[in-house]
Amino acid sequence: MNWFVNTLGTSIGKKLMMAFTGLCFCGFLVVHLAGNLTLYGGKDFFNGYVAHLHSYGPLINVAELILLTLAIIHVLTGTFLFFGNLSARPKRYAVNKSAGGRTIGSATMPYTGFLMLIFIIFHLFNFHFADHATQTVFDIVSNAFAAGGYVTIYIISMVIVAIHVSHGFWSAFQTLGANHPKYMPLIQGLGTAFSLIVGIGFGFIPIYVFTA
Amino acid sequence: MTTAKTINLTLKVWRQKGPKDKGKFETYQAKAIPTDMSFLEMLDVVNEQLTLEGKEPIAFDHDCREGICGMCGTVVNGRAHGPEKGTTLCQLHMRRFSDGDTIAIEPWRAMAFKVVKDLVVDRSAFDKLIQAGGYVSVNAGGAQDANSLPISQEFAEKSMDAAACIGCGACVASCPNASAMLFVGAKVSQLALLPQGRPEAAQRALSMVRKMDELGFGNCTNERECEAECPKEISISNIARLNREFLKAGLFSSVK
Ligand code: HEM
Ligand code: SF4
Ligand code: FES
Repeated sequence: MNWFVNTLGTSIGKKLMMAFTGLCFCGFLVVHLAGNLTLYGGKDFFNGYVAHLHSYGPLINVAELILLTLAIIHVLTGTFLFFGNLSARPKRYAVNKSAGGRTIGSATMPYTGFLMLIFIIFHLFNFHFADHATQTVFDIVSNAFAAGGYVTIYIISMVIVAIHVSHGFWSAFQTLGANHPKYMPLIQGLGTAFSLIVGIGFGFIPIYVFTA
Repeated sequence: MTTAKTINLTLKVWRQKGPKDKGKFETYQAKAIPTDMSFLEMLDVVNEQLTLEGKEPIAFDHDCREGICGMCGTVVNGRAHGPEKGTTLCQLHMRRFSDGDTIAIEPWRAMAFKVVKDLVVDRSAFDKLIQAGGYVSVNAGGAQDANSLPISQEFAEKSMDAAACIGCGACVASCPNASAMLFVGAKVSQLALLPQGRPEAAQRALSMVRKMDELGFGNCTNERECEAECPKEISISNIARLNREFLKAGLFSSVK
């Protein structure tokens, strides 16, 4: 297995891990968003979805463990890449000017990533580790989003997620070697659409609950 | 012949006596520079003036002065090879600047490219990358019969596009991560696309990528600044091909 570690340990190998885990998270976001949209169906519909999800029992625990492992790989590898890139240019330029290649998303990947990490921990403590014995998940959500502060934090966080995936999505395909003259424009378009759907889809839920 | 338009400029040039020197910016006035001059000719004029004043002229690399050798290159106002797209520094004309402009001139900055003096950097890291695998070992011999080795027009074109790389280092200089992926991508692609390069493709991809990491280049994050600055406009699709070649070699070939 030495060859496997050697391959993944290189710069391209680390990038492949970022791309693979990142795309898995994109898949997770789709499922998570689809589930959350049941909130628009009202209290019973949403609690019904939650009950249905929890009826999978151990499968859910396995999925959580997989997500946690992917998250640890994504965050640790991203941190290694970030510090590696800093040391690859010990003396910075006095004047910096883009030639037009980078975007807001690409230029801020490590920072949006770090902010997302903080948000994810905050989010888990808000909902996942909340008291589930005396209240339904719908109660937890509507209590949280009754506070304007929470709504603001969540909206800002969703903008950050959208910025991260606006670059991450197509970048992952490029890293996996899937750059094709026929499909690349489509992949880039999909990436933009996906980041908008994620940002708006998740971002409107707190507003909806707050105003409902 | 009409007399050329002239401009006056303020230059802020990075001066560094040697690899160990800390270095600093010095300010010079470049007076009455004809706009038909190239950027390097403008530096020649400044250097003549410095020499007359008994000062050390600014050291900068150059050779062909027609955009084919890859020797020239500095960062001009934050842009590798200056603001013109698809040109080397020697092909940049002073008409691109206006009277009274201040121009900051810095050397390529990367861990793997140490400053030798002033604007001259040591790019032998690129030679080491080529030595790691950027070649075909078997002697190709004399010219073959035409059509004895069919190569599609598409592959020939792509390979030639990658082979246009002149090894100037602007990709590394302009990359926010000082990554050499465009250079390595171009070299790997150029050979991987032709039948002569296939037998060693796996070994080449593995060796060149390992060498690239060892030399202290950064990691590509697909910022696309290299592609935008490359004087030969090498496409990042060559980086994707390098990623593919590396993935194939690392996980699916028997080469270790
Ligand atoms: C739902 C959560 C997340 C999603 C969907 C996601 C998605 C992605 C994707 C698709 C990429 C592109 C991979 C590539 O360029 O090959 C990426 C890159 C990156 N992510 Fe995330 N990510 C998430 C969370 C995080 C977190 C929590 C962090 C950090 C602490 C982070 C840090 C990074 C960094 C630094 C990169 C850039 C790596 C590079 O381009 O070399 N991400 N992410
Ligand atoms: S890829 Fe372009 S920028 Fe990089 S060394 Fe080759 S010619 Fe110069
Ligand atoms: S001096 Fe040869 S490319 Fe500029």
